[in-house]
Amino acid sequence: MHRIEVAFREGIRDPQAERVEELARALGIAAGVRSVTVYAINAELSGAQLTRIAEELLADKVTQRYSVDAPLSAAYDILVERGYLPGVTDNLGRTAGRQVGLLFSELPVHSSTQFLLKGASVADAQRLAGRLANPLVERVTIVSAEEVRRKGGSGHPTPLVWHHSEPTVEQFSLRQMDSGELLALSRVRHLALSLEEMRAIQRHFPRDVSDVELECIAQTWSEHCKHKEFNALVHYVDIPSGRTETISGLFPTYIKGATAEIEKRLTALGKNYLVTVFHDNAGIVRFDAQRDFAFKVETHNSPSALDPYGGALTGILGVNRDPAGTGRLGADLLFNTDVFCFGDPFSREIPPETLHPMRILEGVHRGVRDGGNQTGIPTVNGSLVFDARFMGKPLVFCGTGGFMPSSVLGNETSRKRIVSGCVILMAGGRVGKDGIHGATLSSEERTASTPATMVQIGDAFTQKVMLDMVRELREKDALAGITDIGGGGLSSAVGEMARLSNGATVDLAKVPLKYPGLQPWEILVSESQERMLLACTPEHLEQIQDIAAERQVELTVLGEFTDSGLLEVFFSSALVGSVSIAFLHDGLPLKRIEAIWTPAALPEPSVPEPGSLLAELSRVLSRLNVCSKESIVRQYDHEVKGHTVVKPLTGARDDGPSDAAVMLASLDGNAGLAIGHGICPRYSDIDPYHMACNAFDEMVRNIVCVGGRVPDLDAGDAVVWSVNDNFCCPDSLYSEKNPEGKSKFAAVVRACKGLHDAAVAYGIPLTSGKDSMKNDFVHEGTRISIPLTLLCSGAAKLDDVSAAVTMDVKRSGDAVYVLGMTRRELGASEYYAMRGVPGGRVPEVRFADAKMLYRRLNSAFQLVESCHDCSDGGLGVALAESAFSGGLGMEVDLAKIPRDEELRDDELLFSESASRFVVTVALEHCAAFEQAMAGLPFGRVGSVMQEQSFSVTALNGHVEELPLPSLKESWLSTLRGVP
Amino acid sequence: MTRALIPTGLGFNCEEESAYAFRRAGAETAVCDIRDLLAGKVDLFSFDALMLCGGFTFADDLGSGKALANVLRFRLMKTPAGEMPFVDAVRRFVSRGSVVLGVCNGFQILTRLGLLPGSASQDCTLAANDSGRFEDRWVSLKVNPRSACVATRGMETMELPVRHGEGKLVFAPGALERVVAGNQHVFQYVDAFGRIAESYPENPNGSPLAIAGLCDVTGRIIGMMPHPEAHVRFEQHPRWTRIRRACREEGRAVPEGAGLQLFRNIVQHCQEVRPCETPLSESS
Repeated sequence: MHRIEVAFREGIRDPQAERVEELARALGIAAGVRSVTVYAINAELSGAQLTRIAEELLADKVTQRYSVDAPLSAAYDILVERGYLPGVTDNLGRTAGRQVGLLFSELPVHSSTQFLLKGASVADAQRLAGRLANPLVERVTIVSAEEVRRKGGSGHPTPLVWHHSEPTVEQFSLRQMDSGELLALSRVRHLALSLEEMRAIQRHFPRDVSDVELECIAQTWSEHCKHKEFNALVHYVDIPSGRTETISGLFPTYIKGATAEIEKRLTALGKNYLVTVFHDNAGIVRFDAQRDFAFKVETHNSPSALDPYGGALTGILGVNRDPAGTGRLGADLLFNTDVFCFGDPFSREIPPETLHPMRILEGVHRGVRDGGNQTGIPTVNGSLVFDARFMGKPLVFCGTGGFMPSSVLGNETSRKRIVSGCVILMAGGRVGKDGIHGATLSSEERTASTPATMVQIGDAFTQKVMLDMVRELREKDALAGITDIGGGGLSSAVGEMARLSNGATVDLAKVPLKYPGLQPWEILVSESQERMLLACTPEHLEQIQDIAAERQVELTVLGEFTDSGLLEVFFSSALVGSVSIAFLHDGLPLKRIEAIWTPAALPEPSVPEPGSLLAELSRVLSRLNVCSKESIVRQYDHEVKGHTVVKPLTGARDDGPSDAAVMLASLDGNAGLAIGHGICPRYSDIDPYHMACNAFDEMVRNIVCVGGRVPDLDAGDAVVWSVNDNFCCPDSLYSEKNPEGKSKFAAVVRACKGLHDAAVAYGIPLTSGKDSMKNDFVHEGTRISIPLTLLCSGAAKLDDVSAAVTMDVKRSGDAVYVLGMTRRELGASEYYAMRGVPGGRVPEVRFADAKMLYRRLNSAFQLVESCHDCSDGGLGVALAESAFSGGLGMEVDLAKIPRDEELRDDELLFSESASRFVVTVALEHCAAFEQAMAGLPFGRVGSVMQEQSFSVTALNGHVEELPLPSLKESWLSTLRGVP
Repeated sequence: MTRALIPTGLGFNCEEESAYAFRRAGAETAVCDIRDLLAGKVDLFSFDALMLCGGFTFADDLGSGKALANVLRFRLMKTPAGEMPFVDAVRRFVSRGSVVLGVCNGFQILTRLGLLPGSASQDCTLAANDSGRFEDRWVSLKVNPRSACVATRGMETMELPVRHGEGKLVFAPGALERVVAGNQHVFQYVDAFGRIAESYPENPNGSPLAIAGLCDVTGRIIGMMPHPEAHVRFEQHPRWTRIRRACREEGRAVPEGAGLQLFRNIVQHCQEVRPCETPLSESS
């Protein structure tokens, strides 16, 4: 084993080390830090060869120096070396190994990083190491300089995988097993199957069942793949009304049901733009005669809780593969979105066995940033939501949209054409033990060379190169089908596509492995990343193989699709599994769930009136859910590809928070998309029905703010929209350990009803989505459940992006309007949360009123100079953000705010009533604007001022004023420089 | 007609908008995988301009652009004139009047190859930003009127986005002095008053003398961190809705994207030095 060490020269800044120095300071350790990158090469090479590798390939001539098989530096006290555990993706090592092939031949190289600490003790280093490395994927060696000198090196182990075992297939005699044994088998092998499900498997097989079959069924029947809870038969009791309902599945009834109602109306109008919804990796809508649009949002919560960087990186790269694996040829990716829900990053106390929310924020952000930036997909829209309950389980939503040609070389592209005889191909990365559910892990002893399996690190480069190749295959119309290899691994990917031809046969021995020693069942269910499953007719095989060879993408023929009715799995010549396609997909027994809805009994709030309105506004502006997220957003590339025309940061100083993004569909046209979202989990505390309605409404009005149009199907006006609904639920199944399960599931039912009603009311279809269950953290009897969370992510077609509007005020003298009715709806608002007040009325969406307002605003949009959504923090926040993002002052008279009940000043300013906007209009257009809005609730509340001040006239005529910069500073300071 | 070649693959990711910028400036364009260029499937010498665009080649493992620069140094390129190192091919290409533009990752690659500022070996590097962060931020640039750069004639200032984590120029001893003496510093970051930017964020990465871009002594190899191809349409400017209002009030048309002139200048230069021969078969 040889080691090449590379470090920056004296006088050259070392940002990685500076970050560690900062981290050390935060821990009270005043140490100087330098970093060294180590490349361990496991091959016979001469000193001269190693020097060439270091000199010519690895070290930069201007800024770096290197050493070969000797420590590079001695000027330190303690050395901390961080490297990966065996089997963990090491992107730097992989690239270095390939580069060696430029001079010699490609070699295995393992990278690690040394931090050289000056002025620190071993105890300091140990404390610091706890923050530098994640023991799930990395290991750390701490040695003194003296020891390094004595031993001639740090002694850090190289993560070689020594994991040899003969491939074997275990058989289980299910027929002989009783209930206890069946459950024990499910538990021991981490199948996560219930007794009823195990019984169904027992009944189906008249013979012994192999581990390959059992694992394959367990993957296919997993919550992740089958959404058992959203498809379960629900017995729902509504306590207030005393009514009882039987619901044949939340997903078919409310989600698919809403879209079916809308599709019927679109079809009647002859304007059905829905191409395929819900059954492919992403929903597809027809954008125009040439193009279809595919959009998918996913969550990656649990992996992000364990390893925030790796989890989030695989999350964003994983959702990229959804549109890329949609239809017959996949989509070209256009944009990413991301929404994160975290605990308070400044909290002093955290639950045991969890990572600190700041560490999660930092890691998740870095993962999503690297995934998007390195693959050249702009991150254009997102948000952060903070609540203490996300401390147990953070939520990480990642979305991707893209366009696909509706036909290539005259052939339709939106549906896969899998027929018997089609070749099954795997493209991209190799297979290791990554993401296997840990069955072996728990049954075998962990040694220093056991591959880490629980979490994985993504590889943006491998994915980029693979998707570039897929684009070439698309242009040549070479494929019969494509799908992502994600959750459930090959088992799910092949199993899903095999439904189309009614059968498949694959040989697992052909699958290229990262290292030897995988059992057949492990190969089948491994979730190793950066892989796609391709299908082609035999005539196209050679062409595809040639292109893959040219692009250096590993491509393997695994087998073929058949019409045998069976998924047949071989290992070389041995048949190791054979499962009926019908049983695999339709044999799952229906789950039954009890749900009982009792509204939360919350007190009528009593809130003393504040002394100063603007002091309260400053405090609201500084709250985590309201404050500027500029530092986070700025680290995403939000305009690569050149399509982004309303960017996430806007306004006079490029720091205003855009309500939605606007993207060009193509660089040389004017048609485009508005992309926005809505999320308001805290409203679930009062009523999940209204939480869902508000989330959907917030998405719609965010998109309206930039120029998106709301359809009016009654009037025959259809507008192309595509919406993803993503539910994240706490554990909502009743059990002794989860006694509130019935009411928690009732909450899910109510949210689904709200989502359904909102979608149908607006005529805006749900096209894809996902649910993530069991977002709980349980430790020694304490349970932290997330609030029931629904993210609605939408994209709406714009005919002309050059008509878009941003949220910043433009000119002094312009009139400021508030559109929409303000009510005493402060329940679960930011203001009440700040004042520590539970209860109150949660905002209710009046769909008919809202839709009329949005339609009128759409029609008067050319008169509008700025338009800003009113949500978290209410009108006060929307007015202030509009003003300081435009770099101009504002005067506002609260008496002019439209309302239909008596409200106090603070209620007017901080109520979170739905469906409201702050709009500015140039004086010459005010008459026309007011005429356009006649009959609707709107008020001309003030005007934009040159003077840098924000002034509010209270209902009693008292005027309060604050310098604009101080108001803005409250908003900027909370998360400045984070992360 | 001027023909521009934009290689992609291996992590380049700005090929689409780069090709669009050249087309909008009046050029014919082709996008090809850089491995096809090295393999001789595409002939560099049938083009007038070569653009190495932005991206994350090899994910910037080993440092920005370094791994791809290594590939270009050690893999010979097949050309009709025989196999040669990429660097030699570029020097021949430029010597007949053609232009090479490297943006962001492309600029990083050109410096690692020693093509910029241009000497026998590498004498500058684009190192990590002083902020330690990747940032997407619009900056103001001043053009050096005394530079030999063929792409900036008649241009004075422009606003473009930077989108990088490694954009700080670090020079080998003496190299910065040579650059300044030769007016090879084509672009410098400036503040709101047009003065050379002395601090973050106007100078987004801490480059000495706020240098944002370089050219070689011929003025035909040009590298820059800001993205001119990201501002060829009016609506790509982050404040276009504000500019639209101002234009309406002043009764003037909205301006075009500021980066477009740079591509026009390249196209015009190429037309002057090498009039069109045969039409391009595989345009994209």
